[in-house]
Amino acid sequence: MTAQKLLSTIGFYALVVVIVVFSVFPFYYAIITSFASGTELFKVNYLPKSLDWGNYAQVLGQPNFIRSVANSVFIATTTVTFALFLAVTASYALARVRFRGRGLLLMTILAVSMFPQIAVLAGLFELVRFLGIFNTPWAMIMSYVIFTLPFTVWVLTTFMRDLPMEIEEAAIVDGATPWIIISKVFLPLLWPALVTTGLLAFIGAWNEFLFALTFTSSETTRTVPVAIGLLSGASQQEIPWGPIMAASVIVTVPLIILVLIFQRKIVAGLTAGGVKG
Amino acid sequence: MTTNSGGLSLTQQRQRAAFWFIAPMLAALFFVAAWPLLRTIWFSFTDTTLSDLYGGEWIGFDNYLSIRVLESGRVIYRGTLADPAWWNAVWNTVRFAFVSVFFETILGLIVALVLNAEFKGRGLVRAAILIPWAIPTIVSAKMWAWMLNDQFGILNDIALNLGLISQKIAWTASTDTAMYAVLMVDIWKTTPFMALLILAGLQMVPRDIYEAAKIDGVNPVKVFFRITLPLIRPALAVAIIFRMLDALRIFDLVYVLTPNSAATKTMSVISRENMIDFDKFAYGAAQSTLLFAIIAVFVSLYIWLGKVDLSGEGQK
Repeated sequence: MTAQKLLSTIGFYALVVVIVVFSVFPFYYAIITSFASGTELFKVNYLPKSLDWGNYAQVLGQPNFIRSVANSVFIATTTVTFALFLAVTASYALARVRFRGRGLLLMTILAVSMFPQIAVLAGLFELVRFLGIFNTPWAMIMSYVIFTLPFTVWVLTTFMRDLPMEIEEAAIVDGATPWIIISKVFLPLLWPALVTTGLLAFIGAWNEFLFALTFTSSETTRTVPVAIGLLSGASQQEIPWGPIMAASVIVTVPLIILVLIFQRKIVAGLTAGGVKG
Repeated sequence: MTTNSGGLSLTQQRQRAAFWFIAPMLAALFFVAAWPLLRTIWFSFTDTTLSDLYGGEWIGFDNYLSIRVLESGRVIYRGTLADPAWWNAVWNTVRFAFVSVFFETILGLIVALVLNAEFKGRGLVRAAILIPWAIPTIVSAKMWAWMLNDQFGILNDIALNLGLISQKIAWTASTDTAMYAVLMVDIWKTTPFMALLILAGLQMVPRDIYEAAKIDGVNPVKVFFRITLPLIRPALAVAIIFRMLDALRIFDLVYVLTPNSAATKTMSVISRENMIDFDKFAYGAAQSTLLFAIIAVFVSLYIWLGKVDLSGEGQK
């Protein structure tokens, strides 16, 4: 019996190790590669052999890369701010006020966040051209509303549903209007939820590729994913793997740090959508 | 209180406020989602080109299917539904979606069960599995493209050393293995998301059920299939549908990891290619409309058959 127990404990921890190694190894390997220089790149190394900052210097020396990071920061921040602004009031109404068709409305919002972005690409392309914002950050800011807004509304609605009824009732008795209830009573309670939702929406906007690829045409207007996705050499043999890995590490490390800091809240936010029931 | 609001009851007052709170969001969604979708569908019935967006004329269903009988009696089929490249993309997408979601569910379930157990270092494991999820898809595509590189890739090196393969494989370039490469990266990247959704479901199962089963000496495997699985079924159903919808619209990973490979080209990739790169704007619009229709049918069927309560309204 004890031998069997020992064996299952060993098996369990082996499984844990496998999970951790599988999760972390690709990023670890990207870091090693980003620090490898010249010919060292073309030998397979499992452990870090050198600490060469050359690839980083090369990436950060390209004005267009810096430019695309700035583009991504601007686009993601603006989109998320706009989405949160609209979502706070809308989710209050969806979570706390009973009205006919509420379930249907929630389903519609969820459907928008899940439907394929390619289905709106042609229509959005026309709209972007019509508004004269092709190849500007505004094309992305506008199109990213399609997934950031439903997502923030959805998650904030589930958060608001969980706020105790008594707080709101007390405010109503005191004669507070719905707007006062949102801005003075709920908003202070919702800060953690807003930070989480905003962060998740920010990651979504930061990572988006299809719209950014289609609505930009010059290197200075690209976002980070497009810049990295289209980084290539003159031929298949000349792909600059070192700089690509350095660029990948640069744009990923801030995200990973944020995610690890907020991990508990992120898990709550991610799962708030579906699995409550 | 009712007097200063024009004789409206409190409920009416709140409902009126609710309307104005929701209206801006609905207007924004109409502007960026509903209207472009309608325009896409409209474009799919025209011969619009990329260079002349307003010069298209109505051609009915010709982008989908047109049948012409020549004088010689030969029948010519044209349009997406008669295009082998489209059916190849449909097959690639469906195959990708089912295989990836299948493995992500199984692996996600295993990871979730591990994280639901109490052991030292659990926080560390949870942090570790969040890393693949946090890495942008394009970055993971590039990272894996490097690891899967035919000459210098570490995966070929590992597999050669372990004797799993006898010669180096061009994973992303070869038509036989390109789909495996895409599946590998997607499963790596998305299993954590699946695991977290399932874990949330697992944590709702009351602990005392397990205690009772333990006291009764029920086999752990039996506990899993008889108790855990039925109880997390709703959470699992929602997780699977979310992943399935995401998998059916996959674009970025395929586009960057295996560019221009017919073995992996999905519906989203082929639609965009026609729309933007090949100047067959309306033809691409027809293909993306079809993808939309397929996904809509899939969702309705799933919700109807599974009685899944996605809105979360049922619980209140």
